[in-house]
Amino acid sequence: MTSLLAATTYDVAAVRADFPVLAREVNGRPLVYLDNASSSHKPRQVLDAEREFVEQHYSNVHRGVHTLSQEATDAYEAARERVARFLHAPDAREVVFTKNATEAYNLVAYSFGNAKAGSRFALGPGDEVCVTEMEHHSNLVPWQMLCERTGATLRWIPLTDGGRLDLTDLDTLVNERTKVLAFVHVSNILGTTNPVDVLVARAKQVGALTLLDGAQSAPHQPVDVAALDVDFFVLTGHKMLAPSGIGVLWGRRELLDVMPPFLGGGSMIEVVQMAGSTYAPSPERFEAGTPVISQAVALAAACDYLDDLGLERVHAHEQLLTARLIEGIRGLDGVQVIGPDSMHLRGAAVSFAIEGVHPHDVGQSLDELGIAVRVGHHCAAPVCRRYGVPATTRASSYLYNTEGEIDALLEGITTVQRFWSR
Amino acid sequence: MSESLYQEIILDHYRNPHHKGLRDPYDVEVHHVNPTCGDEVTLRVKVAGGLVQDVSYEGQGCSISQASTSVMTDLVIGKPVDEALQTGEAFLALMQSRGQLEPDEDVLEDGIAFAGVSRYPARVKCALLGWMAWKDATAQAVTTGEAAP
Repeated sequence: MTSLLAATTYDVAAVRADFPVLAREVNGRPLVYLDNASSSHKPRQVLDAEREFVEQHYSNVHRGVHTLSQEATDAYEAARERVARFLHAPDAREVVFTKNATEAYNLVAYSFGNAKAGSRFALGPGDEVCVTEMEHHSNLVPWQMLCERTGATLRWIPLTDGGRLDLTDLDTLVNERTKVLAFVHVSNILGTTNPVDVLVARAKQVGALTLLDGAQSAPHQPVDVAALDVDFFVLTGHKMLAPSGIGVLWGRRELLDVMPPFLGGGSMIEVVQMAGSTYAPSPERFEAGTPVISQAVALAAACDYLDDLGLERVHAHEQLLTARLIEGIRGLDGVQVIGPDSMHLRGAAVSFAIEGVHPHDVGQSLDELGIAVRVGHHCAAPVCRRYGVPATTRASSYLYNTEGEIDALLEGITTVQRFWSR
Repeated sequence: MSESLYQEIILDHYRNPHHKGLRDPYDVEVHHVNPTCGDEVTLRVKVAGGLVQDVSYEGQGCSISQASTSVMTDLVIGKPVDEALQTGEAFLALMQSRGQLEPDEDVLEDGIAFAGVSRYPARVKCALLGWMAWKDATAQAVTTGEAAP
């Protein structure tokens, strides 16, 4: 196959050896794990880091004077600094740990909802929130709920037939009334990479705050929040080699320090009296209660793993695999990519439809062959509606996948077609 | 491939569904969705004299959900409501059995082909979509019928 992309520049076999599960068999076949957009596997280095922390240094954080408490606090705060470096954030205090990406979006939406009238975060009738039609439900529903609570209006940037944002009416959709523009960096269902610079430029013209959903970008490509010039950036650990239960909200410090808190409780306060309380600055302001401690330590180890390998190289490897998959699908009759069918501005998630076979049956049949893909609406039901399909089958590769696994999937698709056309 | 799941009976009902298409007359129409996968069914029931007179439906979904709905119509149409509901309970029990229940062919007829589905917890909801819609519609039809003068 012809490709302008460089060959993979790291030893994929050595990487695979770090992930014991990849040596498994499923239904008598070698596991082919192509459900990474849903969740990634964890390398030994990450598991070891978490285990070592829990076995040797664990305690609650920010609460004690004893040695373990100090060690745990140091590890937790070092994890914050590590994530800040991973995102090229200027200040570690801009990194707020959440339990996942969903909590991060809700944190921002509820904080805005808690703002007093006149605050730059407050919304009311006449104000607008803008999202896109390709948002994951987690970056859509919290904004719908915010609009419902405040009387603000939700608007959205529609999609083109080719799976990209239709920016024709961008200047109308993002206007002087827009308070927030929240959008996805790389779509989990279409694979589309969105033009962050164009959207941020428009938001800045009208003074809207920007939130970028990086759940599908941060695991796969270098992210520099300063260069992206957004106000908020969200990622989740479990899609980038870390355990579930840890997510990150990054926000510009001058915003986080004055944004109203979301969850109230211990750790997020300054002075508590019976009649009322004042709040700590960021990040404690947004981390009420005992935080996710060992998962944060594991996330830092995941950042180490990714940066050691090099996200540029990871990205190049995935582009190679994705190009192979898209080109392979193009060569099959009755199979159609839903989303961009070229490598121009796209990530590793590839949705497709097999004519005459429901995605559930595709996924089940592929599982019989040891191939793990995701089927359904991928928490982006409006996208399925837009393209007139009830659901899609989605294959999404990551740093440990191989060209052989892409070929196994392509062969699996033809096996599925044969079975279902009997 | 998937022989234990995709029994020939299931594939037959999927390719040639029975009683499909929305019909009049009917007492109640319901719309049920499986929110995790987007499968949906619109289903109508006509109950008269304690009998399930007709069940008609339109839907989209996987082979399991479509075939199961087709089998369900075979099993309930023409039966007394009480007996049809008992059949529904028997099918539900089979689906919740994780492969541990020997289905009664006298009760479930083609429905026994779904015994294998109970070993795939992710697909049980598919097999129950049509049944749950029917049960809901029938309960409404019976209640409305009782309330009517």
